[in-house]
Amino acid sequence: MGALKRTEKAFRFHTRLNLPELTGLRARNLREMLETLKDAPGSCIYHHTHRYLQQHQYLSPEPPNDFAYWVTEILGESGLGEKLASIDTVRYPTIRSLRDKIVDTIEKYMTDEPSSKRRFAHEGEEFHFIKSVSFILPTPYEAYDLRELHDILGKITADSIYFHMFEARLRLERGSNDFSFWIETSLGDTKLAAEISRLDPYTRTLDGLRRTIMGLIERRISE
Amino acid sequence: MARIDEYVPIVGQSIVDDLRLLGGKLQGKVIQHINSTSVGGGVAEILNRMIPLLHDLGVDTRWDLIKGGEQFFAVTKKFHNALHGSPQEIAARDFEIFRETSAENVRDVDIHGDIVFIHDPQPIALVERRDGNKWLWRCHVDVSDPDRKVWKFLRAYIDRYDSAVFSAPAFSPQLPIRQFLIAPSIDPLSDKNRDLSDEEVGAVLAKHGVPRDKPIVTQISRFDRLKDPVGVIEAYIQVKRYVDCRLILAGGTATDDPEGAQVLAEVNERAANDPDIHVLLLPQNDLEVNALQRASDVIVQKSIREGFGLTVSEALWKGKPVVASSVGGIPLQVTHKYSGLLCHSVEGAAFAIKQLLSSPEYARKLGENGREHVRNNFLLTRHLRDYMLLFLSLYHPEDIVHLD
Repeated sequence: MGALKRTEKAFRFHTRLNLPELTGLRARNLREMLETLKDAPGSCIYHHTHRYLQQHQYLSPEPPNDFAYWVTEILGESGLGEKLASIDTVRYPTIRSLRDKIVDTIEKYMTDEPSSKRRFAHEGEEFHFIKSVSFILPTPYEAYDLRELHDILGKITADSIYFHMFEARLRLERGSNDFSFWIETSLGDTKLAAEISRLDPYTRTLDGLRRTIMGLIERRISE
Repeated sequence: MARIDEYVPIVGQSIVDDLRLLGGKLQGKVIQHINSTSVGGGVAEILNRMIPLLHDLGVDTRWDLIKGGEQFFAVTKKFHNALHGSPQEIAARDFEIFRETSAENVRDVDIHGDIVFIHDPQPIALVERRDGNKWLWRCHVDVSDPDRKVWKFLRAYIDRYDSAVFSAPAFSPQLPIRQFLIAPSIDPLSDKNRDLSDEEVGAVLAKHGVPRDKPIVTQISRFDRLKDPVGVIEAYIQVKRYVDCRLILAGGTATDDPEGAQVLAEVNERAANDPDIHVLLLPQNDLEVNALQRASDVIVQKSIREGFGLTVSEALWKGKPVVASSVGGIPLQVTHKYSGLLCHSVEGAAFAIKQLLSSPEYARKLGENGREHVRNNFLLTRHLRDYMLLFLSLYHPEDIVHLD
């Protein structure tokens, strides 16, 4: 790549800070989980499918969601746990569609495996439904070209990377991650935009994701 | 007093920058904390450390106390135990005493905060002074199975707050007000958690006559049945058949607690014939607790019930592998086989301790993971962030808040 293209419209880094809100809703078995899931706020579905990404940012990204963990470890339904864990979150453009997939998966399993309806969590091991409240703040960091984007990515918080990769796409329903959108629309680099877009961020730690995106940008700069 | 920039080497500049951003959003608001004591107890400890840091972040934070006599605090102690699910004799007169002292505090306490932050049940009735400002109630106790009479009595006050805060999801009841999950935290710069030199650690062991010739397994806890110190000795005996090691049981004295003295006597009796069991009384000696944790190869927290169990985070912060019961807030701190080992019995604890002593590489990995988990989730900086978000939530009822 020759001289780096600079844009007039900067990429403004934001950060997203999360405060978990309790609902008092709990489930002791699959039936209760299913009924609550159908009516729970979208912020609950979002919390339980994304919490691990933020809380375990330096560890293995598994287990990917709280529903899978609970049905496997507490109810002992590892078959259902595997199905829930392997839901390809990146394919669902909205929380609604993700919720529908989780509900369908549990309903189908309960029909196919009727004995699963008789499993109960012990007292103290119930599933507690929690909502995610997001606070989105602009940071002072702005990038006008790929080099600046790369360098800021190296020092910004994992929360900021999380916001631009996960929250913007799914919760704010922007369709793509913010980095790809800016790289394509402001820099006109469809190749790099597509490479970042193609990553499955759910199978990486946030720190791993940071290094991977920085690596893709670095390679593009040196081409 | 620590300044916020002293946390930069521990959590990174960007985390502290975020705290400053949040502090800026609270300009012009006065936050008034109110509890019942300025010394002793977890609430006072955390406020003493937090308030200077909030000032440093530009948040105008004040701290006031309610007053109460012996009778009042005897009643609130009963309430505390009843909220923990322990059966108590609570008479109509007890509720009267609570109302009478509360009425005096409602009359006398200077309420001036834009946000009034009430800690625990003792000052809960102050909400009667609610007048256009925002009110928060912070519950520091485990209310997963409270005495119904006491809970119903307190609910009449709780429902008048804007929001409530609990430490673990299992403590969350259904309420007509918003409620948030905010875990407690440890301060990495306090005497209990700061780095110590080998000499400092060695000096504490020497003082207590603990040789460093064998692996050390430690539980730091009050001598209380709910911490199951005798169960820890049983687990140690099972481990000792295969791995030669020492056991340290260290905790506060229990002179004002007849049951505590009895538990200590049982522990001493069970340990009597084994010179490798060290029962140490350490009343409020943070530096020595720190040294004992750092000298240990495995740290155990075999509680039967826990409010939160912050000793687990203290151990993990020191990179120590932990074996802990899956109760209270402990599963939030330890993910089984990722950042420690959870157990449900003496046998389970013994097996896990054996595994860790026999596989030091595995133990080291769990400890390292645990330290990072604590860095991300249980340090004072995260607690400060959550409290500032909580204050902002009072002005933003939505789930996605844009603070441009």
